[in-house]
Amino acid sequence: MAEHRVLGKSVLRQDAVDKVTGAALFVDDIQFGPTLLHAKILRSPHPHARIISIDTAEAAKVPGVKAIVTGRDCRHYIGLYLADRTVYASDKVRFVGEPVAGVAADSIEAANAAVKLIKVAYEPLPGVFDPVSGARGREGLVHETPAAGDLWWQGLSCIKTKSPGALLHENLGEYQCAPFIHPVPGTNISNHFKLRKGDIDRGFAAADVIVENVYTLPHIQHSQIEPHSAVAHVDRAGKVTLWASSQSPNAVRKLIATAFELPMNKIRVITPYVGGGFGGKAGVTCEALVVPLAMRLPGYHVKLTLTREEVFQATFVRQGLVARLKTGADKTGRLVAMEAELFWDGGAYTEYGVNITRSGGYCSSGPYEIPNIKTDSYCVYTNHPVGGPMRGFGMPEIHWGIEQQMDIIAEKLGLDPLAFRRMNALREGSLGAFGGPMEGATLADTIDAVAAKCGWGAPVPPASAPHKVRGRGMACMYKAPSMPPNAQSSAILKLNEDGTVHVLTTAMEIGQGSLTALAQIAAEELGVAVDKVVVTLPDTDYTPYEWQTVASRISYSAGNAVLAAARDAKAQLLAVAAQVLAIPAAELVIEDGQVFPPANPARRLAVSDIAMGYLLPEGAIGGPVIGRGSFIPAGITGLDKDTGQGDKPAAFWTYGTQVADIEVDTRTGEITVLKVTAAYEVGKVINPAMCKGQVQGGIVQGLGSALYEHLVLAEGKPLNSDFVDYKIPAATDTPEMDIILLETSPQADGPFGVKGIAEPTMVPTAPAIANAVYNAVGVRITDLPLSAEKVLAALKKKQARES
Amino acid sequence: MKTITLTVNGRPEKLTLSPHRTLLDVLREDLGLTGAKRGCEAGECGACTVILNGRPVNSCLVLAVELDGADVLTVEGLGGPEGLDPLQQSFVDNFALQCGYCTPGMILMGKALLAKNPRPSEDEVKEFISGNLCRCTGYENIVKAIMAVAAGGERHG
Repeated sequence: MAEHRVLGKSVLRQDAVDKVTGAALFVDDIQFGPTLLHAKILRSPHPHARIISIDTAEAAKVPGVKAIVTGRDCRHYIGLYLADRTVYASDKVRFVGEPVAGVAADSIEAANAAVKLIKVAYEPLPGVFDPVSGARGREGLVHETPAAGDLWWQGLSCIKTKSPGALLHENLGEYQCAPFIHPVPGTNISNHFKLRKGDIDRGFAAADVIVENVYTLPHIQHSQIEPHSAVAHVDRAGKVTLWASSQSPNAVRKLIATAFELPMNKIRVITPYVGGGFGGKAGVTCEALVVPLAMRLPGYHVKLTLTREEVFQATFVRQGLVARLKTGADKTGRLVAMEAELFWDGGAYTEYGVNITRSGGYCSSGPYEIPNIKTDSYCVYTNHPVGGPMRGFGMPEIHWGIEQQMDIIAEKLGLDPLAFRRMNALREGSLGAFGGPMEGATLADTIDAVAAKCGWGAPVPPASAPHKVRGRGMACMYKAPSMPPNAQSSAILKLNEDGTVHVLTTAMEIGQGSLTALAQIAAEELGVAVDKVVVTLPDTDYTPYEWQTVASRISYSAGNAVLAAARDAKAQLLAVAAQVLAIPAAELVIEDGQVFPPANPARRLAVSDIAMGYLLPEGAIGGPVIGRGSFIPAGITGLDKDTGQGDKPAAFWTYGTQVADIEVDTRTGEITVLKVTAAYEVGKVINPAMCKGQVQGGIVQGLGSALYEHLVLAEGKPLNSDFVDYKIPAATDTPEMDIILLETSPQADGPFGVKGIAEPTMVPTAPAIANAVYNAVGVRITDLPLSAEKVLAALKKKQARES
Repeated sequence: MKTITLTVNGRPEKLTLSPHRTLLDVLREDLGLTGAKRGCEAGECGACTVILNGRPVNSCLVLAVELDGADVLTVEGLGGPEGLDPLQQSFVDNFALQCGYCTPGMILMGKALLAKNPRPSEDEVKEFISGNLCRCTGYENIVKAIMAVAAGGERHG
């Protein structure tokens, strides 16, 4: 392919000037004038309870209150992969913070006053507060053949359920779900993903070293700085318009259409700039809550902006995980067997979370070739906040354990952990955990790049004080986009009279830079300067369909749609130019907005001269140029229900490796991350500065999840719902970052070879730090986060053992 | 209700306010200046940072009725017809933003730092902006953008 003019260049962000001047509008910034009403939500104080009655009479009398809705007003079940929730709780509440009633009033004060006056009678029910107990509530349902001595979870601090047996969703068997999700009716297991590759018993029989451990992760919060916000307006003809801070305008439209029995052409979803997503604004979160209020108040704009406390409690959280991993290798260092039992703490509703269980399941080998695998991945209902997608979608969770297993086995075999990983890395054509051949498997490239860059094997420099110890650890990762096999994208490319271009998509700019990346793809293909191309933000009445802005798939999927639209527009321009210049279209090119034959560049037309057609002496030809592009990934297959085996469960795989250099203060247990070296193989870099920015942000988010992030839940009640008690990394917490972007294996069906990068960036950071802690002070911590308290306790225990 | 007069971005404003409203409420709802963002309404995230009488404050923690005679600078007051403020331009050039929600507050913190310390060290920049949370960028490019203006003087202007 010829040298790219726009692609691969650090073109400045399209949205940068809007964002540095305050011109960028987020939902809460839009002014609606005198028709604005404020919504507030009455939320459940109980983790699990039956609703006996709701009395709104007193609340309705508060001056300024315009409407009150409850679960009676919306009984339809909705959900992305499993329809298990209603917009407001109807018969039961299943987590602290679940919406029970909504109030719209002419001031926030009046809405708050009314919420306090709604009287709800509850009958509290026993709760499920950890996924292992939740799954085992009815004995015998989890394990195919439960062994008498199989009590590995005993003593784990995350096992908190006092009286197992509570059933959260009695109607699980009646919920609609995607064909690749397998609920177990009569239990709290909303998806059981099974994987059986090879012969697990023979695999372990061939192992010289077997390592078995349990790894646990708490719930964490995305903590986007913009709280979720939604504004609904219903006009007198019944048309619903919704302004939402959402990653998923089309999914919001679809789920609201289902919830309120509306045709999609009567629902318009407008998404202005979104102040951070990371998965927490995917699917539906709070958008649906304002719709029934607005339906009762035609002409008004009903707005709900969540408080920070509500964001912590009542939007998606990252699911907790209890992972039992048993890994075997032979004495040459070859991995021979892996058994994984994954218990995902799905929370009260798992409409989205069920698919994380599936991804975690079919990726449960990690980025390594293992011939014999047995995995059971359970999505378990608990009376916890709703688990949902968060950057990595199961991969940070499973790699937390897998990557520590790798270090432990390497040490037992006396092998260098880097060489050990490299030997076992998935390679082109290796069979993945799902039994199909891996394409573009470039883990070894990223290992080599990081090793060279960080000087792997060189002595660790001395610590900064006598009571501090330095260490170094590594972790690898892989990730594919988790999505239905037919997740679609589309794009419309319009030329304007002056040759400038609008690209319409419903891909969402959530900070990752999609507006700029898609503009670069359009400009590259069309042959116009990138500053002539404007990509618009979504408005579902005008912008064409996009499944969701999730799964690190926009550059790939929407990128393919934009590329196709640009090709379509280009063909139309060339057809007109060919007629005007009397030169065959095949002999013409478009560069910098000019159409010409390379053999005779003096004969040229400007794109602006033909964008609206052309007037020849014998009459006009062509017409306004509109390019159309659609994309649906080809060849993604399902996986067998009983074995999890199949050919190709995902569109592409991104590989990466990180090395963390840390220092541990042995007096306090505090960890300082000094440096992270990272390499990712991304097929083709669209914009190096933005791509590197993704890696920087992901490393720091990974660092937060490694060192301190933990949504503390006591009997289901979140105890740290603010930024004082739930710390996220500040500027003073950041390490030096050394980032390498590789393009060794362009994706065959990616636009210009592109793969995804946004999520993979945070996957290996936590296990790399944990391995570095072991390297520094010889303690292994299997329970996130790596808090100073935990490290210090482990150090003391180690000292006591040794003395 | 109380009537106050204050200067916002160089323009005098006369406002009659109930006593519980914050400077952030008034900027966003009465003056239509939505550059200062609501992030936590508890002074924990810095998204609402503005410059009050020369010092950066969390505008969600300042009661507006106390501001009679005060001078307020918001992100909308930076730059002008001749172009962006050099620090705004540096944020653009250094890719110092992603979602952009923390950006107005970050830029105003940078302005406040450079006004009192025109040559800060990298650690001083990190320390100064450590009360302003960013979940996207990992801060590296934000620090770089502020350092570039500090080191390069007004080269962008």
